[in-house]
Amino acid sequence: MNVIETSDLGKRYGHTWALRECTLTVPAGYLTALVGPNGAGKTTLMNMCVGLAVPTAGTAGVLGGQPAGSPAALDGIAFVAQDAPVYPNLSAGDMVHLTRNLNRSFDRSYARARLAELGIPLKKKAAKLSGGQRAQLALTLALARRPQLLILDEPLAMLDPLARQDFMATVMTAMADDGVSVLLSSHALAELERVADYLILLSRGQLQVAGEVDDLLASHRVLTGPAAESDACAGHFRVIQARRAAAQAHLLVSTGGTDPDSGLVPPGWEAHPVSLEELVMAYLRAPGGAEPPDHSLTRYNEPREVAR
Amino acid sequence: MTVLTMPAPAGQDTALRPVPWRRMAWVTWRQHRPTLISLPVVLGAVAVFLWIAGLRIHHNYALLTACHPFSSNACQTLNSNFNGTDWTMANTIDIFMNLAPALIGAFAGAPVLARELETGTYRYAWTQGFGRARWTIAKLALLAVAVTAVAGAFSQVFVWFFQPFLGQESLTLFSATVFATHGIAFAAWTLIAFAIGALAGMGIRRIVPAMAATLGAYTGLALATWLFLREHYPLALVTNHPSINPAPFSANDSWVLSTWYTGPGGKPASQSTLNQIFALFPHNGGGPRVKETLAQEFAQHDITVWQRYIPVSRFWPMQFVEAGWLLALSVLLIAATVGLVRRRAA
Repeated sequence: MNVIETSDLGKRYGHTWALRECTLTVPAGYLTALVGPNGAGKTTLMNMCVGLAVPTAGTAGVLGGQPAGSPAALDGIAFVAQDAPVYPNLSAGDMVHLTRNLNRSFDRSYARARLAELGIPLKKKAAKLSGGQRAQLALTLALARRPQLLILDEPLAMLDPLARQDFMATVMTAMADDGVSVLLSSHALAELERVADYLILLSRGQLQVAGEVDDLLASHRVLTGPAAESDACAGHFRVIQARRAAAQAHLLVSTGGTDPDSGLVPPGWEAHPVSLEELVMAYLRAPGGAEPPDHSLTRYNEPREVAR
Repeated sequence: MTVLTMPAPAGQDTALRPVPWRRMAWVTWRQHRPTLISLPVVLGAVAVFLWIAGLRIHHNYALLTACHPFSSNACQTLNSNFNGTDWTMANTIDIFMNLAPALIGAFAGAPVLARELETGTYRYAWTQGFGRARWTIAKLALLAVAVTAVAGAFSQVFVWFFQPFLGQESLTLFSATVFATHGIAFAAWTLIAFAIGALAGMGIRRIVPAMAATLGAYTGLALATWLFLREHYPLALVTNHPSINPAPFSANDSWVLSTWYTGPGGKPASQSTLNQIFALFPHNGGGPRVKETLAQEFAQHDITVWQRYIPVSRFWPMQFVEAGWLLALSVLLIAATVGLVRRRAA
């Protein structure tokens, strides 16, 4: 099952497209990192997936084809918006009761146990909780709904490093225990590099890359060789980023599914594996980043057809 | 594009049983406790004050009506107390009563959705399983009923308090400031103010501007109703025997909308003749002799006096018409608010 399927999804605010022509699928069971700089369209994409925003173009389906925002979708998806909004004048206990009343299913004992474990007193007003406690409260409320999909918008932005670790530990435990799928956005990849197993990269409102992290790493290489021959070498691959230092050139290339270690690498060149962070930075820095020249190469998770 | 041919996941019932409506009772109570407590407390305190002051005023009024002879010093003192001190207070409270619905709309209605949007908590509320349209309907309906009921109960205390002043200072049940605070009109005006507030809050998405817009829109609607609308409720009667009051200059409890005169043969009476007659009565006094003479003069010149008026016996039908269209408009505004919630994207 795919927890998210979008087709040509677009959202325009006034004359500006916050997101356009976004076609992707997110399979169940993954921790998907939605990465991109500020203003890339991450929140817009998430809002459309949870039904808060209505698409200007295209469609968004969730949990195996349910329309985003439909009763079944609302029931199966828990969303924690940016800054973890809770009612400041309500206590943590009130928030638990509120969320229980607003949902079909709610695991109250789980919520209470989690809050006790976190040292969040039930009587304490949400306004008086620290940023980390508020984020944990919002996450606990979301997980106690026993969702199939948990969507977290910039959950780590307001947390200190220790709180980030605690927060991610809670998420990972829920994934392991309940098999919940997670979509998590961030403008920094550092905290997610080791935990994310699916990556969606957005930049300036456009999808750059979507795919399993392992596949992405396997299909990208850094080629190092003489700068003079770099143009000839680039003819074989799609170059995402080229850096030339004196006589040497470093090309981060997409091998487009062919075995990167086969004989395609020209003589005099060496191929090295890339790290996820290198790959992300390369895509975000790419001069043509807003408009990948060849869609068929960037969208690994859809059939290789260009219907445009 | 990719054709989505995912099989429906097993065990997913296609028709989910929605979260029961009654769950919103606690949610609304807990979230709007400040409003739901402070409104009855404030209005209750005012009602207690009205009751205490009202007992004294009713007592004064009873003494005044029983006082004989009216020209005696004792009676004049009672009269000046009642028409001075008591009336000043009652008039002030009546002005407050006319503003109260607008204030209730601004403070209880406008923040309901504007606060969610301003603080971003709508992103929590609208992504819960309950569903945002149902959430809005339940919340607005519960709050509207509560606010209207409290206002309706409160206005009955005011009606009792104000009773002695009807007939004083030419106030009747149809006077603009009286009609809107009596009967069921006050509750209906409170309801519309709440509905205006909710819609303004959803449309403007900021608490303070929404409150200002609510005050403005309510005042506009109330003024338009007083000045133009109310007299067109289809309950007016026409008579050529203004027996309620033969003189065209004043009417007792009925609401005279217009007066006109026809001469012989049903043609409009000549203005010079009318001027001639009116010139005989330089003061618009209403002594029985004057009225009698006036009637004689009209008869002599074969002039018929016509009046379009709403009799005081139609006070309740008038109230139902006013409350009816206000209720309908309120339902419409709340429906529009729900429509905005449903459609308005973040």
